[in-house]
Amino acid sequence: MSTITQSQNPAPAPRWLNTLTDYLSPGALARSSRNLLLPIIGIALFLVFWQLTAPKVDTSLGSFPAPTDVWEQAGQLWQEHASERERADRFVEMQEARNARILASNPDAEVTIRPYPGAPTFFDQIGTSLVTVLSGFLLATVIAVPLGVLVGLNRYFAAAINPLIQIFKPVSPLAWLPLVTMVVSATYVSDDPMFEKAFLTSMITVTLCSLWPTLINTSFGVAAVDPDLVNVSRVLRLSFWTHTRKVVLPSSVPMIFTGLRVSLGIAWMVLIAAEMLAQNPGLGKFVWDEFQNGSSQSLSRIMVAVLAIGFIGFLLDRLMLLIQKKVAWNE
Amino acid sequence: MNKPHLELTGVDMAFDTPKGQFLALDNVNLKIRKGEFVSLIGHSGCGKSTVLNIVAGLLQATRGGCVLDGHEVNTPGPERAVVFQHHALMPWLTVYENVELAVNQVFRKTMSKKEKRDWILHNLTLVNMQHAIDKRPGEISGGMAQRVGIARALSMKPSVLLMDEPFGALDALTRAHLQDALMAIQQDLNSTVIMITHDVDEAVLLSDRIVMMTNGPAASVGEELHVDLPRPRNRVALADDPTYVHCRQAVLSFLYEKQTFPGKSEPASTATEASTDSNAEVEAHTPATVPTDREVNDQPQQRAIA
Repeated sequence: MSTITQSQNPAPAPRWLNTLTDYLSPGALARSSRNLLLPIIGIALFLVFWQLTAPKVDTSLGSFPAPTDVWEQAGQLWQEHASERERADRFVEMQEARNARILASNPDAEVTIRPYPGAPTFFDQIGTSLVTVLSGFLLATVIAVPLGVLVGLNRYFAAAINPLIQIFKPVSPLAWLPLVTMVVSATYVSDDPMFEKAFLTSMITVTLCSLWPTLINTSFGVAAVDPDLVNVSRVLRLSFWTHTRKVVLPSSVPMIFTGLRVSLGIAWMVLIAAEMLAQNPGLGKFVWDEFQNGSSQSLSRIMVAVLAIGFIGFLLDRLMLLIQKKVAWNE
Repeated sequence: MNKPHLELTGVDMAFDTPKGQFLALDNVNLKIRKGEFVSLIGHSGCGKSTVLNIVAGLLQATRGGCVLDGHEVNTPGPERAVVFQHHALMPWLTVYENVELAVNQVFRKTMSKKEKRDWILHNLTLVNMQHAIDKRPGEISGGMAQRVGIARALSMKPSVLLMDEPFGALDALTRAHLQDALMAIQQDLNSTVIMITHDVDEAVLLSDRIVMMTNGPAASVGEELHVDLPRPRNRVALADDPTYVHCRQAVLSFLYEKQTFPGKSEPASTATEASTDSNAEVEAHTPATVPTDREVNDQPQQRAIA
């Protein structure tokens, strides 16, 4: 915990500028070198090592991509995204123009508005992944927090449910996925489905794998409410609901958030695997498709995805930390 | 004296431990008048807190019981407000909100919004904490937090105020300050107070009566001492007062001559000094197995998910 709080210090830009203006003060210099310089040196050394060793690793798709190749492909992916957007805009324009023409000649004619049929770009896929992971994480939270409160409040219930938690917690998403796929296919039957089946399958798999840390931490937080505070609540004769709302939940908020952060990390990790197998059009599918594609740029493009996955995971964790600071009383 | 305000009759308290039954209290009897300030004093582990928790309704006596104003005490309730040793304020609420939680609960039907607000501020002013109503417990000192704890208890308009070593965790100067404040408040409101203490001076200074408890296990009321000192009392003036000195002397002699400190005395000397049942019990239990007040309190709340 303490290392995490330390490393987040250099993030805001104003401090950056402050450090630059106080450049001459030795204390500031030492601090800035520790907060900024050392991470930069670390990254630089890693890039040099990567650049030098990558060409020596030969695969059937050419040598392993070096940082420069990855950079090039990142630009390439952005280009593809931009031109695809342009084409989509043009498609919409043409469609509108055609529909207007039809309506002009025959006002009663039924016009259809079709969405742009082009393939999703890398950035669209990032969006899909984020929506999927957040839906799965939200569902996990909605299940895990109330259940955790019950487990924490009632030790008989805890004893009954504890073995189930211990058994299901370590199950890999890859094991759940076939089952989830079959169940979703069998039960989610609709002529006009609101969600894609692949989306539901990925989301539910994410939920199944990510709810455990929140559940466990919530129950621990609830069970660890200061006995003095519980006695205060008893002296005041607070009802079960008021006691839960005013004493138990606020008291366990720090623990709940610790659980939520771990859960979100797991959710993001699980999502990529789930999308690969479920063919949900997100980052997982991107990686899988590039792998199947097997062109000379595939490895570089997969490496772009790897870095994007890592960076987004980092941002998600920061986001949770920010919310935790807003909500938790002990921060 | 007619009917007592609060009466404990034949109270036994036994705890189930892995090593079998542990008898903490054996036949405790106590009668308290309205407006009386009673201190419970005794060595640690003698069951003072257990007595207080039974009056509070937080623990159920194994045998015997407690009657307040003609009603038997079975559950905790705001008419028996408790001041805890470690303030027990909700750390996520401000000073004001902590008192508000109590006032909203106790007077939710009988007071208007404005009346509640005035009543909260009145109680915080009583303990001289009106300047820090928007601070959280983590931002104020231990003494200040304890004042808020007292304000919260007073805001419930209790018929008995129960204080579990309220000043035990404070430094000597802060403690003296709060003792004076408590004396003034008690005289104003004429509230009935039961206070647990380890501190002989505190007991003599504040109390109308000091109840001295024998060592546990199977602790009971050893002696009672009426402190016939006029109020208001002044700690400096009392230092030479013959009655004060005598009371102090009586409590000290009970604690250090009649009841030896548990665990500290040699088993041999315990055997020669006294041959009561309770001391025979002391030998049977090694110090490690005798639960402290704190452990006894925690037991009902213990939960674990491995």
